[in-house]
Amino acid sequence: MKIDRANPLWRFHGITPMAIFFFAYLYLPIIVLLVLSFNENRLATIWTGFSTHWYSVVLDNTDMLRAAKNSLIVALSATVIGTLAATLAAMGMARGRFRGETGVAAMLTLPLLVPEIVTAIATLLFFIVIGVKLGLISIIIAHTVFCIPFAYLPIRARLDGMDPALIEAANDLYANEWQAFKRITFPLLWPGILSGAMLSFIISLDDFVISYFVGGAGSTTLPIYIFGMIRVGITPEVNAISALMLIISIIFVSVSFVIDRVRY
Amino acid sequence: MAFFTRHKRFWLIAPAVVYIGFFMGLPLVQMAYVSILERGVNGGVDWGSLSFESYISFIFERDLMDNLMVNTDYLQIFLRSFGLSGLTTILALLLGFPTAFYIAMQPQSRRNMFIFLVTIPFWTNILVRNYAWMLLLRNGGLIDNLLNAIGLDTGGLDILYTPYAVAIGLTYTYLPFMVLPIYASLEKLDHRLVEAAFDLGANKRKAMTRIILPLAMPGIIAGSILVFIPCLGAYVTPELLGGGKFMMIANLIGSQFGAARNWPFGAALGFVLLALVLIAMMVYSLKFKKLPEDAS
Repeated sequence: MKIDRANPLWRFHGITPMAIFFFAYLYLPIIVLLVLSFNENRLATIWTGFSTHWYSVVLDNTDMLRAAKNSLIVALSATVIGTLAATLAAMGMARGRFRGETGVAAMLTLPLLVPEIVTAIATLLFFIVIGVKLGLISIIIAHTVFCIPFAYLPIRARLDGMDPALIEAANDLYANEWQAFKRITFPLLWPGILSGAMLSFIISLDDFVISYFVGGAGSTTLPIYIFGMIRVGITPEVNAISALMLIISIIFVSVSFVIDRVRY
Repeated sequence: MAFFTRHKRFWLIAPAVVYIGFFMGLPLVQMAYVSILERGVNGGVDWGSLSFESYISFIFERDLMDNLMVNTDYLQIFLRSFGLSGLTTILALLLGFPTAFYIAMQPQSRRNMFIFLVTIPFWTNILVRNYAWMLLLRNGGLIDNLLNAIGLDTGGLDILYTPYAVAIGLTYTYLPFMVLPIYASLEKLDHRLVEAAFDLGANKRKAMTRIILPLAMPGIIAGSILVFIPCLGAYVTPELLGGGKFMMIANLIGSQFGAARNWPFGAALGFVLLALVLIAMMVYSLKFKKLPEDAS
């Protein structure tokens, strides 16, 4: 590679090794987990040969499948409700300032600021007091709260990047608000909506702390189930489930990343 | 110009705001209220009573004669949380700054790929991430075996279930929050400024401390806050990598809703944690009002 003399990296020798160490630190655990999930040995960390045995053990585990189903129900419901509310809010908030805008914007991102454990116990107390039964419904309600900002931010960013002249042109050409939305805004906005929805979905699917506190008997989600297994010990089954979760997350985030790059 | 008229926009924004207000705003207010109530006789809360017992019991405990005695157990957990969060922030900065600098100096086409690589682990399940570290750190795990193989046989690594393991796990979990804001502030760094410093006789240290670090400072401060604050509320890492033996604030809060069953005390701890976070954010946004736009 040609050395760019103007690039300061050329001078600071320590930087590149540190960056390499950083990425090794970041990816070593992920790679080790993936490799060990294909280990045939009963003992979770001693490599004796390649096998997909533990994946089939895990996929035959009915408790695990029930937990996975619960997780899917929760994540889908929270994502749909959250993304819908977030899309509407982003449309309302984008362009055009109003009194109290800062406050409203703060409210929309509040769930990202409050520590998870605080959200969890405050919501738990609230549900007990207003008499919401602890179960899947209570988890869905709680997840929707943090799905809203996760969906809101990419949608809003997409709207802000949109050329206002397009809407003006539509208006000049006698499109009403609905037509302008359907023909101009939405076709340009959908990658933002989809990417926001996918992020919400994965955050909900992965959530442990909030589900753990506001869930009840019979509403075990996948992370809660995994937590229970890890508590018992390091086993090949946990390796396999963890690797599955890992792969699903990475696929989702990659797809979301690609969609978000779709050009305006 | 806006997409909709003022009247319609109100109704568009309302559902999201009302939802968050009802299911997050109200619960937080209620939590603050519960924190100044007394615990019920059979657990739960005595809704009629008002007392600051929860806040008092943070530092004092009552003996049989109802005298207040200093009890530092909870204080220790707070100190440990602050200590571990501080250590994590420093480790994240030591690793994160060079990386952010490295990425910012890459050709434009490669930067996005690097940034994507930094963020991937953040989106993976937190239990899975911590579990992966359990695999690495346990006795007989990869790191232990490697140390044995190169002859540093110390008879077992014995690091899992210690505060060090918690610090390693926390650093791993929150590292992306350090890299991204520093990257955002270094991305715009004009290479010529550094070159000019060298031309004017600055050595590497001077160029770093007088040019690069000051320009990266907003990012460094933002990153430090973004690492420190969620660390303070970490629940999963101390639970798994600390083996439940080295509680942090969040574990103490959680335990008040499990076996210990002291809701007002748990609510008080939660309120204190929330207040710390909000104060830090307010101080930050007053001092660095412009930053969020830069970081995005």
